[in-house]
Formats: sequence, C-alpha cells, structure tokens
Amino acid sequence: MAQIASITLLHNDDARPIIEAILADNPGCRVLNMPGAVKLDRDDELVVRRASVEARIGRAWDPQELQLVIVSMAGNLDEDDDHFTLSWKH
Amino acid sequence: MTPKKLGLKQRYALMTRGLDWETTYQPMDKVFPYDRFEGIKIKDWSAWEDPFRLTMDAYWKFQGEKERKLYAVLDAFAQNNGQTGISDARYTNVLKLFLTGVSPLEYQAHRGFAFAGRHLRGVGPRVAAQMQSLDELRHVQTQIHTISHYNKYFDGLSEFRHMHDRVWYLSVPKSFFDDARTAGPFEYMIAIGFAFEYVLTNLLFVPFMSGAAYNGDMSTVTFGFSAQSDESRHMTLGIEVIKFLLEQDADNLPIVQRWVDKWFWRGHRVLGLVAMMMDYMLPKKVMSWKEAWEIYFTEAGGSLFTDLARYGLKVPKYADVATADAEHISHQNWATFYQYTHAAAFHTWMPDRAHMDWLSEKYPNTFDKYYRPRFEMWAEMEKQGQRFYNNSLPQLCQVCQIPMVYTEPGDPTKIAFRCSQVEGETYHFCSDGCKDIFDAEPQKYVQAWMPVQQIFQGNCGGASIPDVLAWYRLNAGADNMDYVGSPDEKLWNDWHAAAARAAG
Repeated sequence: MAQIASITLLHNDDARPIIEAILADNPGCRVLNMPGAVKLDRDDELVVRRASVEARIGRAWDPQELQLVIVSMAGNLDEDDDHFTLSWKH
Repeated sequence: MTPKKLGLKQRYALMTRGLDWETTYQPMDKVFPYDRFEGIKIKDWSAWEDPFRLTMDAYWKFQGEKERKLYAVLDAFAQNNGQTGISDARYTNVLKLFLTGVSPLEYQAHRGFAFAGRHLRGVGPRVAAQMQSLDELRHVQTQIHTISHYNKYFDGLSEFRHMHDRVWYLSVPKSFFDDARTAGPFEYMIAIGFAFEYVLTNLLFVPFMSGAAYNGDMSTVTFGFSAQSDESRHMTLGIEVIKFLLEQDADNLPIVQRWVDKWFWRGHRVLGLVAMMMDYMLPKKVMSWKEAWEIYFTEAGGSLFTDLARYGLKVPKYADVATADAEHISHQNWATFYQYTHAAAFHTWMPDRAHMDWLSEKYPNTFDKYYRPRFEMWAEMEKQGQRFYNNSLPQLCQVCQIPMVYTEPGDPTKIAFRCSQVEGETYHFCSDGCKDIFDAEPQKYVQAWMPVQQIFQGNCGGASIPDVLAWYRLNAGADNMDYVGSPDEKLWNDWHAAAARAAG
C-alpha cells in the first residue's frame, strides 16, 4: 500500500488559493471535503510551493503563513523559504 | 544598502541553537536531573531537527493573529445569539463532555510540556516543548472562554473543573494524563507528543470539529480548528522525538516500543468517548467513528508505521484489537451512559429510527446484530414508563478506569475480564492491553484513585447516589437524566416556539 502524504486546511478565503496551488502542483492529489475543512491526500509526497501561492494571491507569501490555516498533516516535513513539503520518501 | 534578510534555516539556527549554553556554575547533570533515569541514551542533542524551524518572534506573530481571528468569531457568535442556531439542543451535550473531560487535559498538557521544556537537555526540543506548553494554555483558555457562552443557557457546564477531579467517567481522561505527567520527560514526550498528538488527536479534533461546523456551532469549530493549527507543529514535534530517540542509540528501541504500545492502547480507550460523541451525540453526523478510524488510524497510522519500520519500530501491540473494537466501542459506551444517566452531567437518549438506520448502514457487521435489539427494547421500556436505570456501581478497569463493559475480542456477546494479583490483592482489567500496562508497572497502578472504590470507602460525600451527586456538585434533575424532559429541552422548545410566533 502506498504511504499517504496529507494536509488538511481550513475551507476559507485565506486557504482557497493555497488549496488551488496544491492541486495544480501535485498531480493525482485526492480531495476529501468535510464541513469547514478540506483534506488533500497524495501518494508518497505533497508539496506547497511559495511561488504557486504568490501567483494566485498577488503578494509575497511566506510558507510559515500556513500556520494560520493548517488543521492537520501527515508525512515528514521539510520546510524552507520556498516550499513546505510532506513526504515519506527518504 | 539594505541588509539581506536571513533565510529560515539561518534564522532558526541563530534564534534557538545560538541561544543555548553549557552551564559552568553547576554541572549539566544537576541542571537537567531527569533525562537519564528512564534509560534513554542520547549521544548528540545537536542532531535534533525541527523542520518547522519556528522561532519565538515568529511564534508570537502567528499566535497573535490566530487569537484575533478566533475572538472576532467568538464575539460575533455571542452578539448574534449563535446558540439559538445550532442544529438541536442535544448537540450541547458534546460540549459538556468536552469541557469537563477534554479541556482540563489541555491544561495538564500545558504543565507537562512546561516540564519537558525545562528538563530536556537539548535546546531544539526544549524550545519546541515550551512553545507547545504555551499553545496548550491557549487551548484551555479559548475553550473555557468559548463554552462559557453556552453556560449562560445550558446545564452541566458550570462546575466543569470541580467535576473533572471527581466524577466517575471523568477519571478516565484525567487518569490518562496523570499517568503521562507522572512519567519521566521522555515517556511523556512519547505518550503525549507522539502517541496522542501524532497518532490519535486527529480523531478528536478533525472529524469532531467538522461536526461542530455541520451542527451550526461556529464558535466551537473556530476554537477547535484554531487549536488544531498548533497541532501540526505538535505532530511534527511528536514524530521528531521518536525519530531522534531511535536514531540516537539502538538500546532505546525496546523502551520506546513499550511506551508506544502502552500509550496507543491508553489513548484508544480514552477516545472511546469521542467515538460515542460522533456516532450518538452529534444530531447531524459527518462520518462514523469507524470511518474516522479507517482514515486516521488504519490509513494515516499505516503510512507512519511503515516509515518507522526502518528503525525496527513495530505497529503498536493490539492495534488489530483496537481496529476490531471500532465496530463496537461507540455502541457499548453509549449503552453504558444510557444506563447511568442519573449519574452523568450530560443528557442521554435512545436513538430514533432514522438514527438507528444510519447506524445500521455505517455498522453493517455489528449494529443490527448486537446493539439495535437492545436499544429498541430500552426505547419500548421507556414508552411503557419502565425506563431502565442501572443502580449498581460498576467494577472498573484498574488501568483505563472504564467500567468493565467491553467484550472479548472476537465475541461481542461476552464481557472481557482479566486480572492480576499483587501482594494478595486482585486487580481487574477490561482487556489484555490494560493488563499488560499494569503488569509492567504494578506499583504505579495499585495507587490509582478509583472512583467506585472511593465511593465504597466513604470518600465521596456519602453512601447514597444523591450524596455522591452533591459531592460532584451535579445539579440533579437539571444536569443529569434524559434530554427529553430536561430544562435544556424546555428552553430549546421555548426558543423555537417564540421564533415560530415571530414568523407568524
């Protein structure tokens, strides 16, 4: 069975462009809608890219701003100034 | 010339690692006296990784922003009488169980992480534990603040703190945290940081809080998800702790495995309360407990333990039993509270036909066969004025402190009993999981404060049920018994009658 990298975000205006960016950057990403929250799952690895979010919101964005909308996650995290990556790869 | 902004990794190095020092007035072993006795071997604290790389200045900035957003919602909810817009007043019973059973655990977690944040020798985990300690304090404060609005209208909330230390079923979550906080700092980190935060809290805070949203409780979903936004950092701390311990020394593996087995099982037992909240107490349901277990334990836990297998760590012992339990646990718990409704500080009810049909659909293997007939019989007895109450005091499991109501693995018609003898006394357990925990540390668990034994010993206000309820500060006739006929129900019906009259 594939290991699932996952992120759950609030379903609100701040998170919507981030959700869009994730769906665009992570082919095969699966979406589970719950009241108030969205769970995004992908086999092995899921990445949030600063540049993709910035392209959608038209301002500078720091991946640490995810702290304001994240609900849960699964995978080993690697975060720097350009991306927030959840992965089971080694 | 503008100085170049530091990158995240440099900032983290300077603002955490760079602030640490080796003590000289006192030897390090005296400054950090608790990080050796558990047998964990650490060769190199600097190998600790914090992938979030959150520094204190950024922490305050983000937490301040979260609080502003949360309090805007709480104010709006109160100003707009949000309590009148929830799905049904039955819903408030989950808030009663949450405030009396869960919120005080947030405070316990605050204290536990403050201890770990003081006593771990490495600066990386120390800073992360300090942040988590502050988060947990924020959680208990925001929960009390949010639910205080409901306390203006509904029963069962006002004495939550007094009840937490006394009421029989609240000793289940309380003793769980007492157990963790009386362990050493490494066991505490595995218990709460790893087993609870990483493996199990999603089951509490994600589908349940989504349920609050679905039932119109804007204020609770907002504190729930605001707390949960800290949780991803806590989960990361939990997973880093376990990887760090396993990488530092091969001798740590058997110790860590025993803690993972123990705390998985204890957490699973505590979360049975959440199972019941999701399957029976939310008027509008998001998903069943069994579905939540499949997503958050079978699937998410499966990925995690596959990853940790490279260190030799195995899936927690009895994970298969816990997964099989997911077919039964909510039904068995709700049946218990229904029987003891006179001694509980929230209301109960028998599910109506539509609700039972939903349970049949979600639990095709078990509900119709084992639980529906019992519930239909109780509903019928109620109709005939013979509402069933269990007036005996139950035998409790010495470890999880839950009444001995759970059934044998593989035979849901037979109650499971286990026992051990220590110094001529017999101690009882609900399961092999709880018996193993006791047998590994009998001297700890023989000291447990067992609510039923304490009543029989005369330490709980008296020998009769009214005496004990008074000692709990449970307002009999308002806080307890069935929802139907309660002051909460009357209030709710009055609000709706007034709204209907206003609408003409």
